[in-house]
Amino acid sequence: MAIKQISILLENKQGKLADITRALADAGINLRAMSIAETQEYGMLRLIVSDPQKVKDTLQDGTVVVETEVVAVKMSDDKGGLADVLKVFDKANVNIDYAYAFTGHADGLAYVVFRVDDNLAAEAMLKEAGFKLITQADL
Amino acid sequence: MAKYYQPEIETASREEIIAIQNEKIRKQVKHVYENVAYYRDLMDKQGVKPEDIQTIDDIKKLPFLTKSDLRDAYPYGLLGTDLKNCVRIQSTSGTTGKRVVAFYTQQDIELWEECCARAIVAVGGNEDDVCQVCYGYGLFTGGPGLNGGSHKVGCLTLPMSSGNTDRQIQFMMDLGATILCCTPSYAAYIGESLKEKGYKPEDNKLKAGIFGAEPWTEEMRHNIEESLGIKAYDIYGLTETSGPGVSFECEEQTGMHINEDHFYAEIIDPETGEVLPEGEVGELVFTSLDKEAFPLLRYRTRDLCVLSRKPCSCGRTHVKMSKPMGRSDDMLIIRGVNVFPSQIETVLLNEGFTPNYQIIVDRVNNTDTIDINIELAPEKYSDRIKDIQAMEKGLEAAMRTMLGIGPKVHLVAPKTIVRSEGKAVRVIDNRKLH
Repeated sequence: MAIKQISILLENKQGKLADITRALADAGINLRAMSIAETQEYGMLRLIVSDPQKVKDTLQDGTVVVETEVVAVKMSDDKGGLADVLKVFDKANVNIDYAYAFTGHADGLAYVVFRVDDNLAAEAMLKEAGFKLITQADL
Repeated sequence: MAKYYQPEIETASREEIIAIQNEKIRKQVKHVYENVAYYRDLMDKQGVKPEDIQTIDDIKKLPFLTKSDLRDAYPYGLLGTDLKNCVRIQSTSGTTGKRVVAFYTQQDIELWEECCARAIVAVGGNEDDVCQVCYGYGLFTGGPGLNGGSHKVGCLTLPMSSGNTDRQIQFMMDLGATILCCTPSYAAYIGESLKEKGYKPEDNKLKAGIFGAEPWTEEMRHNIEESLGIKAYDIYGLTETSGPGVSFECEEQTGMHINEDHFYAEIIDPETGEVLPEGEVGELVFTSLDKEAFPLLRYRTRDLCVLSRKPCSCGRTHVKMSKPMGRSDDMLIIRGVNVFPSQIETVLLNEGFTPNYQIIVDRVNNTDTIDINIELAPEKYSDRIKDIQAMEKGLEAAMRTMLGIGPKVHLVAPKTIVRSEGKAVRVIDNRKLH
């Protein structure tokens, strides 16, 4: 049920992000969700796209591109929506490395992408608690 | 299958080798004194006449030549014969910015190629082999030297020159190359590329590789041997004396036999110039015993190494030199500490990283800084910044232990470190010291 996330390690240099996103756009890749983490030297661009393989094919030499499985949860775009999900993780002893959110297109729902240490446990517990997960097919 | 290319000379007794050297040095000193005004002046200044050199032992009386002499005498000052007798020049790669131009008569080329042929036979080469030469062809001696040696042995020679790795791999696989000749960093790169293309080490027909023209470590040897499924042998040489083949490794892989019938080696104290006894580390000095066009006597290579006359199980009797342990040219002095790129390479291999790196030295507010860019292999990729930073911190700690100073380590994407003519550019020194 986990979906694929593409992470791209970027040098913290002017124009790097623009170059990469332009290359992806030229290859016809639509970004469904993204986040950027940054340190003094690196940026880590994380993307949810419909076709992860295409991103890897587009960015070959000279780029660090990692594919990771992440859990994406649908929740109501309402107060307490995220807190409810996190309570489930807490109970299941699932640790979150990082997370980022985006709000849905027409359905009015909120989506949160979680990078956790145990995808299977997270998924099982979320389903048991009645949450809907996004699948690769939804993208 | 022949074990030696020239068995009578490669396994000659010590007495026979000394007799050859005694005869050749007398002739060579006379030849140089009569034809090379630059060296005649040096000898005159030192008060040495050709008659003073009767045996190879007398060589100690002769003055040294250094790279700066070669620069001063550029281009024709050390030429030992009329230009009309010369058929070729070769030149150094100029990685240190000082080009050397060396001249060859047809006879010089023949002897040089014979030396390379000895190296190829020593790794098991014969007329059934397919020898892929991906050293650069042209001014660089690597390509022409091994190419000539491969012809002499009778291998099918693939004169690939350097670069275009996809084509290298295509020819290697389609034509079943059995011997690979290139720089060790390029061999490692070919190994990486084969793996990327989904080939296993046993998919190629290679059995041996002859790698030289840049320093490499034992760890790198194991790395290459594993990734290509071959035995990897070292070869040594310098444009000033001929090119690759001055010395080469045999099956023992414990040092390189110097072709002593053509090159006389001494180890000296780099400070005093005094000749050191066998087994001591010092600067390697070469005398070309029979070069006609570019006959350098007592040329200081700047390579630090050790000579050994311990009998070798391969049956060759020629003296063995260790891998150069360092080069005064390559040695960086950073915050007063001597740093050799080979130390950095050792750390990378110990820590499980590929030896693709670049050292950048600079001076900020009167303090030297050292930054090391290291290519990250795909199996070490992570989407978590903390993983990347942990790798950097780990490498920085290991480097600090090895070097005695703390560098800043940066992990970079694969294939982003510049390679020139197959040689990785290892050091960029941005300090303005002069």
